[in-house]
Amino acid sequence: MTPVIQAKNTDRKKRNSQAIAFTIFKLMSYSVVAILFIILGFIVIRGIGVISWDFLTKAPEEGMTKGGIFPAIVGTLCLVAGSSIFSFPIGIMSGIYMNEYATESKVATFIRIMTNNLSGVPSVVFGLFGMALFVNTMKFGDSILAGSLTLGLLSLPLVIRTTEESLKAIDKSYREGSLALGATKLQTIQKVVLPMAFPNIITGLILSIGRVSGETAPILFTVAAYFLPKLPTSIFNQVMALPYHLYVISTSGTDIEASRGIAYGTALVLIVIVLLVNLLANGLRNYFSKKVKTN
Amino acid sequence: MMTIENIKTNTNFSSPLGVRGSLDVKGLTIDAKNVDFYYSEFHALKNINFEVNKNEVVALIGPSGCGKSTFLRLMNRMNDLIPGTRMTGSMLIEGQDIYAPNVHVDELRKEVGMVFQKPNPFPKSIFENVAYGLRVNGIKDKTFIEERVIESIKSAALWDEVKDKLNKSAFALSGGQQQRLCIARALAISPKVVLMDEPASALDPISTAKIEDLIHELKKDYTIIIVTHNMQQASRVSDKTAYFYLGELIEYDQTIKIFTNPEKLSTQNYITGRFG
Repeated sequence: MTPVIQAKNTDRKKRNSQAIAFTIFKLMSYSVVAILFIILGFIVIRGIGVISWDFLTKAPEEGMTKGGIFPAIVGTLCLVAGSSIFSFPIGIMSGIYMNEYATESKVATFIRIMTNNLSGVPSVVFGLFGMALFVNTMKFGDSILAGSLTLGLLSLPLVIRTTEESLKAIDKSYREGSLALGATKLQTIQKVVLPMAFPNIITGLILSIGRVSGETAPILFTVAAYFLPKLPTSIFNQVMALPYHLYVISTSGTDIEASRGIAYGTALVLIVIVLLVNLLANGLRNYFSKKVKTN
Repeated sequence: MMTIENIKTNTNFSSPLGVRGSLDVKGLTIDAKNVDFYYSEFHALKNINFEVNKNEVVALIGPSGCGKSTFLRLMNRMNDLIPGTRMTGSMLIEGQDIYAPNVHVDELRKEVGMVFQKPNPFPKSIFENVAYGLRVNGIKDKTFIEERVIESIKSAALWDEVKDKLNKSAFALSGGQQQRLCIARALAISPKVVLMDEPASALDPISTAKIEDLIHELKKDYTIIIVTHNMQQASRVSDKTAYFYLGELIEYDQTIKIFTNPEKLSTQNYITGRFG
């Protein structure tokens, strides 16, 4: 039997260009994954050798060519916690205000433009600003407090934006449903909107943690210590931090060649922390989106 | 069995529309006078006069964009949520001007419940969905909430289908069940008026029939205003029908009259499907 409709030349052209386009798109997206795996593989192969219990739990020794990176891990965790305490409440409340209360007002538009600008500011500028304001003017000195506040400022736009976007994604029919039952706006936000938006908000928060834990420039002038094997005892102490430690031993250590292995080990630890944080974000989002539907 | 009236006296619901117990239910339940409504510059409702007696079911019909939903949403001040809107004239519910400055809108909405076009249960359990209105209005008595929830679900003809899974997510219900849950939710706070904005337009014919049966039942206890695009539905469920066109209330009369012998040509054209 002959086909009812004969393929014409134009049809073939159409299908060919479609096939080519899809192949290109596919190759591009695969190559992104490939690059990611190459980077990860490279660091894992170079760094896995130095990872040991001692490496994770001991301070650097012998001009940072031996020993571990424990103080830097602790320092990074302190900074993450400190910046979160600062940026989460302010960011979430701003996000709620902008999406629920001042949606189309000039104030909200202004705040939105400003936060977008803020997120475009290079992180080293935040570092400089943090030094000027927190370290010098407010006299916190080089300290966890100054570093946390600087990192907090840096992550604030991300937190605000995630909160706002998560709230925006909740259909207005749920708000109307609640208001129509005599709930106030605040009750509606607390009992219906926030619980529904929570899985997405928490994902955004945790991703901002990932960002904060990897930043170097903002902590450069505000908190990071070149070498400080002691653990911090107060928020006015300096600490070591993983990204800065990595920078130091790769560029200005006492013996850069000798500490190469440690540098890859540090990079590996940093990547694993960020990866774990992302996995946690996914897990929590799944957990909360299940939970929110049933109670 | 508890009646709606003694539930009211059991709760702390103060009347939204004035002092508790001062309501005179002999008068009209809804009385709109010279209502004009604007979305910014757009004149959406033009000099509407509209009266509804207690326990009547009134259908609002008309082509899309004619203002019927807008008018419905004026009765529980849902349009307040849209920036740039403006209303003139007066809207009395049980003799009280609901747009008076001393009326709290959340108190009003306890008395004028609403069911929306798309079922919008909260992401909570079936029980908590119905209990929501009671909880946000400050009722803490567990026994009372439980009784009220069960009674409301029964009133919404949903009990047999959900009695074994009250703690399951409301999202697990079918669309028709969800809509009846939303009706139960609205009934739980014992409103005087129930507004329904195309409550069956997103449902299949069987669910639609159930909602219509339900409206017949609810009529005994509530005054119901229903917006619908479905002519048969309007003629089946309502006592009176109001036909809106281009922001005007063209004709408002007994449903039987509107559908058999309308006075205006425009009404006749619409109900016979010649346009709209």
